[in-house]
Amino acid sequence: MHSFGYRANALLTFAVTILALMCAIASLSDNLNSPSPSAEIQILNINWFQKQPHGNDEVSLTMNITADLQSLFTWNTKQVFLFVAAEYETSKNALNQVSLWDAIIPAKEYAKFNLHTSNKYRFIDQGHNLRGKEFNLTLHWHVMPKTGKMFANKIVMSGYQLPEEYR
Amino acid sequence: MGWVGESVASVKSMQIRRTLSQFISLGMIVSSALIIWKGLICITGSESPVVVVLSESMEPGFQRGDILFLRMSKDPIRAGEIVVFNIQGRDIPIVHRVIEVHERQVTGEVDVLTKGDNNPGDDRMLYAYGQRWVKRQHIMGRAVGFLPYVGWMTIIMTEKPIVKYILVGALGLLVITSKD
Repeated sequence: MHSFGYRANALLTFAVTILALMCAIASLSDNLNSPSPSAEIQILNINWFQKQPHGNDEVSLTMNITADLQSLFTWNTKQVFLFVAAEYETSKNALNQVSLWDAIIPAKEYAKFNLHTSNKYRFIDQGHNLRGKEFNLTLHWHVMPKTGKMFANKIVMSGYQLPEEYR
Repeated sequence: MGWVGESVASVKSMQIRRTLSQFISLGMIVSSALIIWKGLICITGSESPVVVVLSESMEPGFQRGDILFLRMSKDPIRAGEIVVFNIQGRDIPIVHRVIEVHERQVTGEVDVLTKGDNNPGDDRMLYAYGQRWVKRQHIMGRAVGFLPYVGWMTIIMTEKPIVKYILVGALGLLVITSKD
């Protein structure tokens, strides 16, 4: 009845139960945090803008990104994945989302920044609809916890427009 | 001398009862595991609700041995989500982040481009020959939560099958021979 195996089994079961409970509580505690992040993106320059040989429009641009995401971090946050996407509608597609830049923020210290960057991923349309196109820049973040549920949210910034002519 | 035969018979029937009840309890364990798995499939809507991360392409977010919980809902796929998808000609599904979405006007059909956070470039070179986009039908689910380290046992068992046989054998033996 009180053999070694029996005790080891009871101890292991208890330890795993407690661990699972603590993970669940850690994940739930993220709900108590109500973050208030802020961000601003300026387009400093359209580096070039052309139609590829097979007909898709491609743009290269330089952005200035200012953001303060410190309030997203809690004790259960492993990292925040951050990306900027251009979002627009064309006659072919109801929604186009194209990632232009992304970054992994490993800790709260790095969550407030201001940087200049050109687009890290190619901004290519499906077709040739980008001349004079109005689009939104959306800053998305995905919070990856140490354990438990992942959170995501975004800030939409509108009123950007591409030039009327290729350059 | 009648009592000797009697007690032998009673011991024999005890043995048979005990063995039977142990086989039944083994069956209960196996079937309850199956019930939990199939129940999860129903709740999450994904044909494999839990996957183990096998590669380092999503470091440091997901490490080898983490397990991911998947959901498959009717919600449209959006950039930034971590999806699990199958590629024709590959046995193992890939867990990567969506970086580009193009959703058609009328049909709502989507073209999706993915990338591993830890990979320098997008996934076009991982796709099947001539495939430029991941479509809705390739996607098995999206990751909604995760638990670290728990999947290590699976990795060890798939990479060293001998461990699996020893473990399953030992557990089976334990269940059959235990006398509580």
